[in-house]
Amino acid sequence: MTSELFRFQGGVKPDSHKKESSEVPIQRVPLPSRLVVLLVQSSQGSARTIVTVGDKVLKGQCIGEAEGVAGTAIHAPTSGTVAEIGRYPMAHPSGLASQAIVIEPDGEERWITSEPLDPATASHEELILRIQASGIVGMGGAAFPSHLKARSEIETLIINGAECEPWITCDDRLMRERAASVVTGAAILAQLTGARRVLVGIEDNKPEAIAAMRDAVRGMEPAALACLGAEPDMMSVVAVPTLYPTGGEKQLIRVLTGIEVPPGTLVTSLGVQCFNVATAHAVCRALLHGESVVSRIVTVTGNVERPGNFEVPLGMPIADLLAFCGLNPGTSRVMMGGPMMGFTLPSLDAPITKGCNCLIAASDELFPPQPPEQPCVRCAQCTTACPVGLQPFELYWASRAKNLDDAKRHHLFTCMECGCCAYVCPSHIPLVDYFRFAKSEIRARDEEQKAAAQARSRFEFRSARLEREKAEKAARLAAKAAETRAKAAADGNAALIAAAVERSKDEADA
Amino acid sequence: MMLTVLAALLPGIAAHVWQIGAGVLVHLAIATATALAAEAAVLHFRKRPVMIALSDGSAIVTAWLVALILPSIAPWWLTVTAVLVAIVGAKHLYGGIGQNPFNPAMAAYCAMIVAWPSFMSQWPSPNGIDFAAQLNLIFGGSREIDGITGATALDAMRTGLRNQNDIRSILAADTFGFAGGRGWEWIAVGYLAGGAFLLARRVITWHLPLGFVAGLGLTAGVFWLIAPDSFPSPLFHLASGGAMLATFFIITDPVTAAASPLGRFIFAAGAGAITWVIRTFGMYPDGIAFAVLLMNICVPLINHATQPRPVGQRKDSQP
Repeated sequence: MTSELFRFQGGVKPDSHKKESSEVPIQRVPLPSRLVVLLVQSSQGSARTIVTVGDKVLKGQCIGEAEGVAGTAIHAPTSGTVAEIGRYPMAHPSGLASQAIVIEPDGEERWITSEPLDPATASHEELILRIQASGIVGMGGAAFPSHLKARSEIETLIINGAECEPWITCDDRLMRERAASVVTGAAILAQLTGARRVLVGIEDNKPEAIAAMRDAVRGMEPAALACLGAEPDMMSVVAVPTLYPTGGEKQLIRVLTGIEVPPGTLVTSLGVQCFNVATAHAVCRALLHGESVVSRIVTVTGNVERPGNFEVPLGMPIADLLAFCGLNPGTSRVMMGGPMMGFTLPSLDAPITKGCNCLIAASDELFPPQPPEQPCVRCAQCTTACPVGLQPFELYWASRAKNLDDAKRHHLFTCMECGCCAYVCPSHIPLVDYFRFAKSEIRARDEEQKAAAQARSRFEFRSARLEREKAEKAARLAAKAAETRAKAAADGNAALIAAAVERSKDEADA
Repeated sequence: MMLTVLAALLPGIAAHVWQIGAGVLVHLAIATATALAAEAAVLHFRKRPVMIALSDGSAIVTAWLVALILPSIAPWWLTVTAVLVAIVGAKHLYGGIGQNPFNPAMAAYCAMIVAWPSFMSQWPSPNGIDFAAQLNLIFGGSREIDGITGATALDAMRTGLRNQNDIRSILAADTFGFAGGRGWEWIAVGYLAGGAFLLARRVITWHLPLGFVAGLGLTAGVFWLIAPDSFPSPLFHLASGGAMLATFFIITDPVTAAASPLGRFIFAAGAGAITWVIRTFGMYPDGIAFAVLLMNICVPLINHATQPRPVGQRKDSQP
């Protein structure tokens, strides 16, 4: 089935650098001496610890329950002992620490007894709860809880295998080697969301992945076929042109369906939902095999001895993984994610989490330092490159001048920080940094205003209360005074009467 | 990027040398030296890195444009003054490259035409005088210029029309060639070729050049169709004066143009239309400089009115 493709505006074509890591099969890594499983593994919620130090755990055993509606569970990545529960740095630009469960592996890799769930017989709610309890989040990098997205009712399900960022190849390898599971996971998600069509979008620079996925769709497993209501034609694998950022949710939706998602609109309201291929794979493993998310495929590339893709247990310290891959001398920094949207890790002590798709060891040869920033001459190449129709240089002028209202008026918050503008800027201006700065300034200002408004309303309430209490007190005093007066008046009258009585008595006696 | 712009100016400069004489090269040299010295001095006093800014070539582009819009037999100090006005006055006093609201070359042209109108209206005739005579004029020789200069095509056309001559007889004069001024039209062809090169290399987009051509050409075309005896054709307007230089090298200055693609088209079209008005009803040799400055003033308004909507956002929704 061929479907018409659409174009999104803008976009750039950076050197792909895929071959460095895409030609070797996915490898296992040796277990490190400690696995640091962060309680925060998703963008929306966290888990609540249900083990204590000293507990023996099996691989896949739940060690943290989903907290609240948005939370997702976490599981022991291997069998061993809970050695510590404490704070460890997160893989985040801030380098902040977060609560984590540390497990010392026993090296036996003993799985907990698995309990598969058959999508054909289980209820909708059971399946959704299983996705949450298996700890599945968006594995493309955003780590949004998947059970929240799986609840939507949609027409078109999009499976994102675009992998448009340079250097990253973990989805490519996954599709080449485990296409059947990806297809089955996609079919399960289609059943859950009631989608009538499933489009798997893959950039055309991955012909092997496209071929493998097409084969898998043709030879679909019976379980997947059942999920699609015995209509295999519902699912098709679409090769999309290689153009960064095709893998952005709104961009891929545009390319595959022609729908332009307005800013601030939930895609589900337009009958579409997007899942990453690795998320679909995790759904398949969780439901059909009873395996929770205990590992993920991470691309390690750049200035390393053995670049490639690795099945990494969650919680493996990044330093250990890099040591296994052989970090070459001359590495100036390590990036997480791709070079366009990723960030430089402040510390290599942070552990691998579910959203970590790629580590790039950067050297000055591979990533030459940016030339010095030059003045903006409004050449508008950034406008041409922007995939969401913004004028980045106007945003830049506004952000630089801290003219926050102007930045908002130029749709600052529509910016998804894809980095196309900074990539094309002939003046080498780090535009995205300016936008992040302006966004944080606006958020801080809004917080401040909210706090001020709250303080004012509290003060006004207190003033009103004091005023009311004063009035009540005055009224009470007045009432009491009146009473006293009345009483005194009454007493006075009685005395007069008594005196008069006395007087009349005296007169009578006389 | 700026080096590409300089390269794109070469065909027009070559045509200038071929048709008018090598005097323009002297002016280009003077302007370049002045611009580099002025830029370096101002950056030094402003405590900015000098070499980075000098090596981007933008000062040389400004210098060349100033040299090309001045008469090539103007005295040397006129070029020096004009370049100083452009670099120091119009650019650095407003905060340097990227910050200036007015096109530096056009601001310099307007300052010169107000200060020394006679020098600014003495244009050499094609092949009228040899290089030695041009050098003599540039470096302070006597300015006995009768017979050396001739009326430009725009001047001849305006004077002829004011004297109630009909266009056919005006165009029969020796001043006019196949499209504009004899000789000068080849320079326009040179700039057109350079502009095509810039478009092909994507240094400029089509919005600004097409807007200017549309603004000037359509305005001229409407009046020409109504009264062909009283108004010259759009082709004449586009081939005369600085129209082609402006189309590809002046109006395309991104710093002083409007922001969005639509805004840029409107900006350039407005400049084209005002150029026609000044040429037709004004008394200056050409109207482009004033037209561009007038539209520079309108840029904030145009930007406000033509801000593009993000992808998918409907017209009625507010951010």
